[in-house]
Amino acid sequence: MIKRVRWGLWLLVVLALTLFALFAIQLSRPKDNFVHSGMIGKPIPEFALKPAVDDRPGLSSADLAQGEPHLLNIFASWCVPCAAEAPQLAELEAQGANIVSVAIRDRPEDVRAFLDMYGNPYSRIGADDLSEVQFAIGSSGVPETFVVDGKGVIQYQHIGDIREDDVPMLLEKLKGAGQ
Amino acid sequence: MARVLSLLAVLAVLLGALPLQAQNDLPPAPYAYKQLDDPAQEAAAQKLMETLRCLKCQSQSIADSDAPMAGDMRHQVRSRIAAGEDPEAIRSWLIDRYGDYVSYAPRVTATTWPLFALPLVLLALGLLIMLRRFGGPK
Repeated sequence: MIKRVRWGLWLLVVLALTLFALFAIQLSRPKDNFVHSGMIGKPIPEFALKPAVDDRPGLSSADLAQGEPHLLNIFASWCVPCAAEAPQLAELEAQGANIVSVAIRDRPEDVRAFLDMYGNPYSRIGADDLSEVQFAIGSSGVPETFVVDGKGVIQYQHIGDIREDDVPMLLEKLKGAGQ
Repeated sequence: MARVLSLLAVLAVLLGALPLQAQNDLPPAPYAYKQLDDPAQEAAAQKLMETLRCLKCQSQSIADSDAPMAGDMRHQVRSRIAAGEDPEAIRSWLIDRYGDYVSYAPRVTATTWPLFALPLVLLALGLLIMLRRFGGPK
């Protein structure tokens, strides 16, 4: 009888230790508040957006499957970090990246003013007034930047503004998508 | 002078707030705040919207949130339901994109099954212990 009680107590100790080990593992993991897109590795869903400004064409899913890899930047004129990443986008463009974009919930005159102020690195800008393309590709905010290969398959998602040290990484991803 | 300075400070704060305000310059999506005409469809949409997470304001459902993005999600849900799509198909469509995180409705998956199994196991264990204590011949 005593032996059985002992055995039960040891079991409790083991259970408690397992639980604490679980806590330790989970707590030592870095916190990740980002909502990652589930569309990585999948072809970009079909869409066709009207132009957001008059000097750049709009954007459709077909434009992204012409053989050349693209950076797809999700931005908005009302988004402060989008202004912060403008120099990095300019640098990416200068280094040969073809950047297309989707403007979320934006008026043409606001997009115009934004581009006049921070520069225009985009070859195409589609206007997504109902955030439909944003939902379709699993983007949960602005700015976000997707790497899309020449077949129109989404290869990578960068969440948040592009910092100076993200530039080489994104160029690398873009190069990888081109092979 | 101090008054002028504080006035300037207030002005600077107001100007700084402008770009954020501009998010609402575009009118809300057609079905962001407008119910569907068919009451049955609207009820189905409402039920679904209450169990979908707003991605901008992560502890609210899209039915509760006034964020423009939540309005656009409500528009998605209502227009898809109006087009005859099944609510659970819309939920799966969103889960494919944002993961289980976007849905408040619990699902049994490879990682969540212990949550559902454990209460049953504990109940069975409790019954077993009670049977051994009270039931059966001495």
